[in-house]
Amino acid sequence: MAQLVLDVAGISKRYGDVEVLRDVSFQVGKGETVCVLGPSGSGKSTLLRCINWLERPDAGQIYLNGAQVGITGGGLVMGDRDLSRIRTRIGMVFQHFALWPHLTVLQNLMEAPVQVQKRDKAEVRDEALALLAKVGLSEKRDSFPAKLSGGQKQRVGIARALAMRPDLLLFDEPTSALDPELVGEVLVVMRDLARDGMTMVIVTHEMGFAREAATRVLFLDHGRAVETGSPERFFSNPETERARQFLQRYAGDAAGGRR
Amino acid sequence: MIHDFGIVWSERALLLSGFANTAILSALSAVVALLLGCILTPALMSKHQAVSGAARVFVDGMRCVPFLLLAYIVYYGLPSLGIRFDNWTSGLAALIIYNAAYMAEILRGAWVVQPREPIEAGVAFGFSEIKLFRRIILPPLLLSAGPVLGNQMIQIVKDSAFLTIIAIPELTHAASSIQSRHYVPFAAFITAVFLYWGLCLVIEAGVSSVGRVAEARR
Ligand SMILES: Nc1ncnc2c1ncn2[C@@H]1O[C@H](COP(=O)(O)OP(=O)(O)OP(=O)(O)O)[C@@H](O)[C@H]1O
Ligand SMILES: [Mg+2]
Repeated sequence: MAQLVLDVAGISKRYGDVEVLRDVSFQVGKGETVCVLGPSGSGKSTLLRCINWLERPDAGQIYLNGAQVGITGGGLVMGDRDLSRIRTRIGMVFQHFALWPHLTVLQNLMEAPVQVQKRDKAEVRDEALALLAKVGLSEKRDSFPAKLSGGQKQRVGIARALAMRPDLLLFDEPTSALDPELVGEVLVVMRDLARDGMTMVIVTHEMGFAREAATRVLFLDHGRAVETGSPERFFSNPETERARQFLQRYAGDAAGGRR
Repeated sequence: MIHDFGIVWSERALLLSGFANTAILSALSAVVALLLGCILTPALMSKHQAVSGAARVFVDGMRCVPFLLLAYIVYYGLPSLGIRFDNWTSGLAALIIYNAAYMAEILRGAWVVQPREPIEAGVAFGFSEIKLFRRIILPPLLLSAGPVLGNQMIQIVKDSAFLTIIAIPELTHAASSIQSRHYVPFAAFITAVFLYWGLCLVIEAGVSSVGRVAEARR
């Protein structure tokens, strides 16, 4: 594997009596696109949120470029400042876009790099404009998020995450809140990122995308990483019964014309 | 009757200085109460029970006290504890702390109905708590709560009339002096009402310009 960017080692998480993640481990090398698949409630969102410590895992470790996330060298839980520094290395794209409504598109891209990373404003602005061009939204730079379509909002969401120059991008079902005809424009952007060698972990129900763009898939079921491997093998010849059932349901959907 | 208004007109200097004092008292208290409210709101929402509990006690306490009583306590009551302010300081302090509680409660109410994801995005993008509140949480709150905050500012203008009882020469005080000097209660008080109304119109103009900013983002 190429240089290791993310190392998730034995993460467990429970909410009260519910075990949401059970001893999940996986690694992501530089330039990889790992798609996380699994039925609803299997813990996919929780797994992503543990990676940047939006949720605190109960057990296990997470390493970003070799440095542990959430725990200091002294073994203590990190304070705000250390966590903040690590989080700026991890971009996140949300299911419902989560753009900041009071800021224009361009301001949304510039906000964290200027306010959190304290980078030079003029330089950030140039980079943000280039990113908007890349996602095809140059002419929307002074619009407010509320005036954009869902597909446009999500492309802004992706550009906003990229504006931080992250080492790793996390996506939580980036297209599942979109009307079907808008899904494509977002997937195109993501496919380009994969091709450009961005390191990404993508939770998705878009099987076609996963099959085509993922370097590896991770199948979660009831909080366990049941299968991991190349998309070719996973989609054509899954090892477990659970994965087979899961894929059959999606194949059924496709046959029924839902996707 | 026309004659009565003529008398009020002849006292316009007194009335105008009362009007100016009311405007200054209201504007100063509105600004400072809103600032304090902005500081108090995250305390109300704090996950530390001690902090949110203390803020809650203060806010609920203020909301249950009649303003007149609070003004009495600050001006007449505190001196018996050895704390003595002049009437202007007492009046301003009472207006500010009283309304800061309302402002905080208004902002808290707007906060709890905000969508969670944009705030979470702020955390995920590395905003520290103070910056998260100031840059990500607060601006949408101020926009969405604009009309209710404006109402509270109108309330401040009206509450400031109570300060006549601690002899602050504000508008109501000026109107009563004119009526007692010349026995023209109707003309004096009606003139004051119109001047109060003018102040409220200014506030409403402010609210609608905030509304336009909010509308562009909705
Ligand atoms: N904050 C929470 N408190 C209690 N239970 C939670 C919490 N967050 C998630 N859960 C539970 O954890 C389980 C996994 O949730 P999660 O959101 O990670 O699943 P998911 O795989 O992302 O599902 P979906 O495909 O529906 O988004 C679910 O049973 C959910 O109800
Ligand atoms: Mg989810």
